[in-house]
Amino acid sequence: MMRENPADLAPELCVLAGAVLGLLTGIFLPRARQWIAAVICAAALVAGLAFTVIASRRPDLMAFGAFAVDPLTHLTRGVVLGATVLVLGLAAGPLRGHARETEFSVLILLAALGTVTLGASSDLLVLVAAYLLASIPGYALAGFGKDAPGTEAALKYYLMGAFMGIFMLAGVTLLYGLGRATSYEPLRQGLAAAPGAAVTVGTVALLAGLLFKAGAVPAHYWIPDVTEGAPPVVAAFVTTVPKIGAFTALFRLAAEALPSTVDRPSLIATIATVTMTLGNLAAFGQDNVRRLLAYSTISQAGYLLVPVAMAGRAALAEPALLFYLAAYAVTNLGAFAIVVAAGRDTIAAYTGLARRSPALALALAVCLLGLVGTPPTAVFVGKLLMFGSALQGGYAWLAVVAALNSVASVFYYLRWIVPAFGGPSGPPVTLHRGAQAVAYTAATASLALGVAGGIALTV
Amino acid sequence: MTVLSLTVFLPLAAGLALAATPRLTGRTAVRAWIAVAALDLALVIAMWIGHDGGGLGYETRLRWIPSVRAGYHVGVDGLSLPLMAMTSVLFLCCAVYSLRLTHRVRAFAALFLFLQTVCLGLFAALDLLLFFVFFDLSIVGMYFVIAYWGHGDHARSALKFFLYTFFGSLVLLLGFIGLYLGSDPPTFDMVELTRAPPLDGSPGLAALVLLAIGIGLAVKTPAVPFHTWLPPAHTDAPAAGSAILAGVLLKMGTYGLVRIAMPMLPEAWRRYAGVFIVIGVVSVLYGALVALAQRNLKRLIAYTSVNHMGYIVLAVGAAGLARDAAAGRLAVTGAVTQMVSHGLITGALFLLSGVLYDRARTYDLDRFGGIAARAPLYAGLVAVAAFASLGLPGLSGFIAEFQIFAGTIGTGTATAAVAGALAVPGILITAALFLRVLHRAFLGPPGELTGGVGDVHPAELWAVVPLLVLSLVIGVVPRFLLDVIEPASAAVLSLVSR
Repeated sequence: MMRENPADLAPELCVLAGAVLGLLTGIFLPRARQWIAAVICAAALVAGLAFTVIASRRPDLMAFGAFAVDPLTHLTRGVVLGATVLVLGLAAGPLRGHARETEFSVLILLAALGTVTLGASSDLLVLVAAYLLASIPGYALAGFGKDAPGTEAALKYYLMGAFMGIFMLAGVTLLYGLGRATSYEPLRQGLAAAPGAAVTVGTVALLAGLLFKAGAVPAHYWIPDVTEGAPPVVAAFVTTVPKIGAFTALFRLAAEALPSTVDRPSLIATIATVTMTLGNLAAFGQDNVRRLLAYSTISQAGYLLVPVAMAGRAALAEPALLFYLAAYAVTNLGAFAIVVAAGRDTIAAYTGLARRSPALALALAVCLLGLVGTPPTAVFVGKLLMFGSALQGGYAWLAVVAALNSVASVFYYLRWIVPAFGGPSGPPVTLHRGAQAVAYTAATASLALGVAGGIALTV
Repeated sequence: MTVLSLTVFLPLAAGLALAATPRLTGRTAVRAWIAVAALDLALVIAMWIGHDGGGLGYETRLRWIPSVRAGYHVGVDGLSLPLMAMTSVLFLCCAVYSLRLTHRVRAFAALFLFLQTVCLGLFAALDLLLFFVFFDLSIVGMYFVIAYWGHGDHARSALKFFLYTFFGSLVLLLGFIGLYLGSDPPTFDMVELTRAPPLDGSPGLAALVLLAIGIGLAVKTPAVPFHTWLPPAHTDAPAAGSAILAGVLLKMGTYGLVRIAMPMLPEAWRRYAGVFIVIGVVSVLYGALVALAQRNLKRLIAYTSVNHMGYIVLAVGAAGLARDAAAGRLAVTGAVTQMVSHGLITGALFLLSGVLYDRARTYDLDRFGGIAARAPLYAGLVAVAAFASLGLPGLSGFIAEFQIFAGTIGTGTATAAVAGALAVPGILITAALFLRVLHRAFLGPPGELTGGVGDVHPAELWAVVPLLVLSLVIGVVPRFLLDVIEPASAAVLSLVSR
């Protein structure tokens, strides 16, 4: 059903209005009261969430011929907006009274808006615009601290993003030329008749941009540097939120736009294998928890690519992707919230955390064991569906590779958990209240989503 | 909430309450733990009395992940009830034993209560995903027990344990997903999967799924060649941790064979029964021979576990070949009895080895001698446990192993008969090694460290005696146990031979 009703984009419009309103308010507010702008931004996100819930009760539709409103979009909206609310909560403590507090909230909102659009677009041109909207605020955020590591991180992030963006544009041009359309449905029909090799080249170039957003190999080099160099709150955001849109965009592209002449499953399955393996191997030697989490997010991106590879081949692929994305977002944010709460970056600094704050140590165990995929956390259900989709799609080897990688990942997550519960108490650390609350919320949500997974899946 | 769910989750609730009460002293925590464990045992006994022979009892079915048809489905029958009873008894004994613990007692009690829920839940689970959840959580719980309360090179042993068994559990999960995808309509419900075996008519896929499930369960059991995580984990775990690891966690593997692999993949099981028989015989002989060479008491007991679990694998393999249904039933009954018996006896042996470590800080048998003169009561308990373990008539090990051998050799196939005959020397070697332990460490002239070994304390005594008494009761009047197991093993055999 084709419609041109702006009300179909109500959640996006809420976020946009929140960003504009927040920015305008922030201009007129004294520094000590800039938190009002942040509250406006958060309220806009909550309103967007409310509209998302309402929209998800209605039948699927296509707005403006380029913006799909279907379960994929509902989930992208819900998870992106929800995760962004958590990030704003996480930022409340460290950024309170910061000279650019308003700018932070507004940039976060704009990046979230770009991410949602990325996940919902069913037209290559909207996809490119969304890519830019999701990326550019991210570059500014990476250098938000205005310090040397932050500047380096921003520059790397920007160069990588621009480079991959050019590939993506080239891919879009090529596919448009071959398929004579940019909208997914006609594009698919057009591409089916085009020469396979050229379509493959165009697809690979197009994927480059999305893989950059998703943080998958070979476009993953920015992740460790940004995660370590940028402020921790920004690291939490850029390793969680943009990925959500990127994966739904990849899934949509794979399921709706690409013709069967491209051997997409093998291509993406290979990328998935390399991504998860490389992320895990690189995480082994890390002593900095932020770098460790950075490589962990790369390996998680590898697992998330499995349902993308199986799109259209396995009925379980879509629920697997959707559930895993939600589970990953909440669990990864929880892990970063603990880093923000503790304010320490080395594994050694977490020694004896359980003696100072048993609850925070427990949240750490829940989040990290959650990332491993231990039941009954949310990622377990996600991984289960992911394995299921690979087996259902006839890629048993991919399931085995993912299982072996999960086992390997235990090693580095345990390196962080074990000292937290044992050993003598380390140097005293002041724990941030707000970040702690976010950590507990995320850990609880991770457990609740795992235990009550069925309800979440049926919605 | 039904009785069964209450039994399963009562320890978890108590554990959470303990964890959330920081002001509690260690001693009060252990007393509360004992009270909860005793209450839970009472609930299991009540269920045992109320259970009416064949079929499933105390079923509960709730929706959990409806889109993949997985649910919270629990229930008990003749296979799970004896194991749940054994689990509750062993946990209670561990609680009593821990009265003498001093290091982070409250956390220890909370962790063990969590583990008790996990173990009971696994035996009660009637849904593959629920089974897997408990299977995986048992690894996490035991990891923390070894890593924080272990001794020696415990961090390394705990990590090895985690990585190895986690690998096994993920392979098992792939097998479960295979069962799910192979069933029509796809479901994780064990009862439905048992009723209509999945992958009927695609023998290649069924073989692959059986391979995955077999490897996953063999790692946990552990059967040779997947046993290498076991000796270090046992050696470095605290005594109560070893008792639970050997007594309950290992049973999860063999229980899975009887509960999942046999009834759900009957055709593949019959075809590849020979593989299980070979693995069983190799485990029996290898475990016994390696145990014979050990100087470290705990490593020795750990390898006898490999040997004892080998009998179970042998028996369930032979049941797959059985031409004579009565013999097959006997083998399966023997296997389940062995699970219960091994849990009681090995639990006692590990607790007793903990006493030795508590006094002398070593398990090295060469440094002891003539303990019987210094600690007669302790020596007596070790002797009874050792005789039970080597299968002396009048104790539970004999009942179990006699049925296993009679069933295996009586199945009527040459393979099983030869395998049974090959495994008999395992008993002989086990007898020799236990007699050697008694001879070296407990009799004869006093050894280097014997002076420090005082007799058992009341807490230790009351932790071990119930286990040995139960072994004796099963050895003398086994009917009360066999009456529960036999209908269930008959059902398993009829399922596997369809």
